[in-house]
Amino acid sequence: MIRRILSIWLPDLAIERWQLAEGESAAPFALLAETAHGPRLTALNAAARQAGVQGGTMLADARAICPDLAVAPGDPAGDRAFLERLAIWAQRWGPWSAIDPPDGLLVDVTGVPHLFGGEAGLLEDAALRLAARRLTNRLAIAPTAGAAWALSHYGPDRELLHEGTAQLDDLPVAALRLDSATLLVLRRLGLKRIGDLSGVARPALARRFRNTRAPLANPLIRLDQLLGRVPEPLLPVIAVPVPLVQRRLMEPIRHRSLLDQVLDDLAGDMVRLLEGQAQGARRLELALWKVDGEVLSRRLELAAASRDPGHIARLFAGKLDDLDAGFGIELARLSAPWCEPLALSQADFEQAAEAHGTSLAACIDRLSARLGPEAVRRPLAVASHVPERAQRWAPPLEPERVMQGQLAFHGRPLKLLDRAEPIAVLYASPDGLPRRFRWRGQVHEIARAEGPERIAPEWWREGSTARLRDYYRIEDDQGRRYWIYRNGLAGDGRGGVPEWFLQGLCA
Amino acid sequence: MTVITSLSAFAPLSRTAGDSLPRWRPGLDAAPLHGEVFASAAEGSGAALALALALDGKGQEEERGWLWVQDARAIKLGGRPYQPGLPPRLRHRLIHVTAKSPEDALFALEEGLRCRDLAFVIGEVAGNPKALNFTAARRLSLAVERHGVPLWLVRLDAERELSSARQRWAARSAPSQPPRWNPAAPGTPVWQAELFRARAHPPGTWLLEGDFANLQVQHRQGQSPVAEAGESRLHA
Repeated sequence: MIRRILSIWLPDLAIERWQLAEGESAAPFALLAETAHGPRLTALNAAARQAGVQGGTMLADARAICPDLAVAPGDPAGDRAFLERLAIWAQRWGPWSAIDPPDGLLVDVTGVPHLFGGEAGLLEDAALRLAARRLTNRLAIAPTAGAAWALSHYGPDRELLHEGTAQLDDLPVAALRLDSATLLVLRRLGLKRIGDLSGVARPALARRFRNTRAPLANPLIRLDQLLGRVPEPLLPVIAVPVPLVQRRLMEPIRHRSLLDQVLDDLAGDMVRLLEGQAQGARRLELALWKVDGEVLSRRLELAAASRDPGHIARLFAGKLDDLDAGFGIELARLSAPWCEPLALSQADFEQAAEAHGTSLAACIDRLSARLGPEAVRRPLAVASHVPERAQRWAPPLEPERVMQGQLAFHGRPLKLLDRAEPIAVLYASPDGLPRRFRWRGQVHEIARAEGPERIAPEWWREGSTARLRDYYRIEDDQGRRYWIYRNGLAGDGRGGVPEWFLQGLCA
Repeated sequence: MTVITSLSAFAPLSRTAGDSLPRWRPGLDAAPLHGEVFASAAEGSGAALALALALDGKGQEEERGWLWVQDARAIKLGGRPYQPGLPPRLRHRLIHVTAKSPEDALFALEEGLRCRDLAFVIGEVAGNPKALNFTAARRLSLAVERHGVPLWLVRLDAERELSSARQRWAARSAPSQPPRWNPAAPGTPVWQAELFRARAHPPGTWLLEGDFANLQVQHRQGQSPVAEAGESRLHA
């Protein structure tokens, strides 16, 4: 069965979205993007185009042509989000849709058109509905995504392609979705239409573009995709409904005990909902609508996917202490924007093991709910030989990445100070180990030492002024063991006299 | 029930210390207990001895995580745990908690003790905060006995005030034995550990040596263990 793909191109998406929000104006108007060389126009309205301004010019050049051009900054992220919502909406014409950034959509309409009275009827319906949303559109239906895209962008509007390539031969090579460098090469070769490519021997083209594997830069791959000779996977947009439960309250509640009851009910509802989907919540949001129109919201993140109503209610209860109910709360809603699969599990045979104590994930949730998510961490090794960079603090249940083992030639201290503290030293010989040093007002006589262990700065991370360090593991006359270093060498040209620091406390 | 627990817990105190109680030695205490280690913040001996005592007598195949809670002042004075310096079998299991205040640290310790998936809990609190009074210590002791998770609380630069900890140690670094292959280098860590108050043992002082794998009492030449106990008065 031949596939039928509907391509929707919205050439003025950005400007029309802006007009929907801010209102239309008859004066020349453009949207801007900041570039390294100054502001550049990205989208124009009809009046600006009539005044002779072209898209992609610098703002200064455009102002020279049209002095009364009004501008506003563009919003590419907002356009993208709008396109994603529109892709879901476009599933009214087919079960499967994908976005074609920055301003297009692809809908698989195979086997659907008879519901709209044929393909022409479907195009009619799509054009009408998009126009009703005040979106300029160009549509085409073809057997492949590439052909549909080419026809919608460069062919006549509302074109239908069934078989063959006759309608495609006259389109410019830009309809192959190539980047500008490749288009320049093709133009220099005198290949201006898609039909011209089939006039050239295929081995000759393959030889010229043998080094480019990316479809964007290889006209042969694009041509094959256009004709359906090679598959072109597309990423469908799938709407994921957020699990959401809510309670409308007959009487606005003003007291904490009642709210706790509502919270317990909501947690129970949510757990039942999640259990049906075999999911567990990682992030939960509680929103409380007050009678006077304000909304209070509380958010919670869990260390591991959970479906325990008591645990959820307990964690939220800790966050509701500073709640101001005012004249009362009339609607409570609990949603779980982030879920992870969590299969039903067998309860422990031994009841006592379940009932005794809490699990690790629950313990971490309680700690981070009270102390903040930054307070509970675990150290993970990092591939770096600079001591303070050799560990990083990660969320507590993050798995350790597999990495090459560290060489354990040299001892490392048990504890590392957050910032190495400078020490005043007295040398025995000017370039070696000091005989005694003063740290935090106390004099330490060095009895034994191991070192130096020379650690060079990481030139790929640090500037050229970072100095090498000579580390010593020392023990003073009373047996206290420290890790000290000298920052730099005398006469290394990276600063004055080297300074000494104490960085770690050994066991 | 509470009354019975407290009665039985206080019962050994009525005995006069030192007559029939066994002397402490490494590997003797199998039951999880609440211990305190007093140490100076200017050396790593406190945390090291607490770790060594927590690991003492435990099996090698433990795979549960462990918790290290520090309050902000303890971090400022003594730094944070350093992963490459930890014993290899503990490195990947550490969960570290930074508490802004001693109250938060106590909360974190108690939550940790209630968790069945933790092997032991280490706490580090600097000074003598008001929150860490006898009642708070008693809460922790009861949580340890109820849930069976050992707690070793390191008290940095603190006075020895009233506490319900079952073993109370004072730790100091001591000169280590010269290693065999490089006599000029510091050797395996040695701590002078004074057990000044314990429920099940008479007080005493030991020189303990260990690299976390096996804790052992170090006998210096010309000293019997009994003489060491007497020596403790001189040093302490």
